[in-house]
Amino acid sequence: MPGPKAGVIVFPGTNCDSDTYHAIKQVMGIDVDYIWYEKKTLKQYQLIVVPGGFSYGDYLRAGALARFSPVMDALRAYSENNGLVLGICNGFQILLEASMLPGSMQKNKTLKFICRDVHVRVERNNMPFTMLYKKGDVLRIPIAHAEGNYYAPEQTLKTLEGNDQVVFRYVDEKGRVSEDANPNGSVYGIAGLCNAGGNILAMMPHPERASDKLLGSEDGRKLFLSIKKALK
Amino acid sequence: MLAKIFIKPKKGILDPQGKAVFGALSRLGFSQIGDVRIGKYIEIRLNVNDKSSAHADVQKMCDTLLVNKLIEDFTFEIVEG
Repeated sequence: MPGPKAGVIVFPGTNCDSDTYHAIKQVMGIDVDYIWYEKKTLKQYQLIVVPGGFSYGDYLRAGALARFSPVMDALRAYSENNGLVLGICNGFQILLEASMLPGSMQKNKTLKFICRDVHVRVERNNMPFTMLYKKGDVLRIPIAHAEGNYYAPEQTLKTLEGNDQVVFRYVDEKGRVSEDANPNGSVYGIAGLCNAGGNILAMMPHPERASDKLLGSEDGRKLFLSIKKALK
Repeated sequence: MLAKIFIKPKKGILDPQGKAVFGALSRLGFSQIGDVRIGKYIEIRLNVNDKSSAHADVQKMCDTLLVNKLIEDFTFEIVEG
């Protein structure tokens, strides 16, 4: 039987596709395809990654135009069939604009593009994406975005927290939540979110950029290895 | 017909751009300002003659793409020309 197969969606303006492809191939050791945004079915895949970048130049709002690409209908159908979806950075923004996750991104509180390592805490590990981490693990992973300031109305936030849908939260290196440790102003320090079913994870930090010692951190490695384990 | 669409951050939503400009204006001595909100202005030229159908079209454009209603409010007007 052939092993699991992953796909990395490429929109015009995506720029983290190669890094993500590399992490899947080298860390997970599974087959992976680039998927052009015009593709209309994703049935043959067991993991789909919506990678980082500036799809459609971030025009209008980050992710707003990518949402109407043909592949997005396929992605919705695939996820409703419990397929695993990982959205990273611009991928997070696209999943929000597509209403596959609740809430919205705003400009960082500093109004600046931030590209540096941050610390995030693993808030749950009873899901395919994080099962090899321990709850409370503090990871050092880079962020690179101008719009990662997550916002949702109070009622939505209550639901998210109540359902345990916050997967990663910005913290300091000791794992403490504080305003200083929150790089972009995100509500409740939210850095990563999942849907109620736990098969869609979206995160602003880039685990593919922390998946090898050569890159300065391999704290993101277990995320890929967790998915690999889940797919077995 | 020309549609003029005004989009601004919803009341209660933090607007860091508006805040930064508020700070700058205050430092320049404009002490009378209470608040600054920064949004977007979009013009769309429509090849239709009927104002009410233009109105319905633009409303649909705002609902589906132009506005993120979770964080933005909008108004628009349709003018001849």
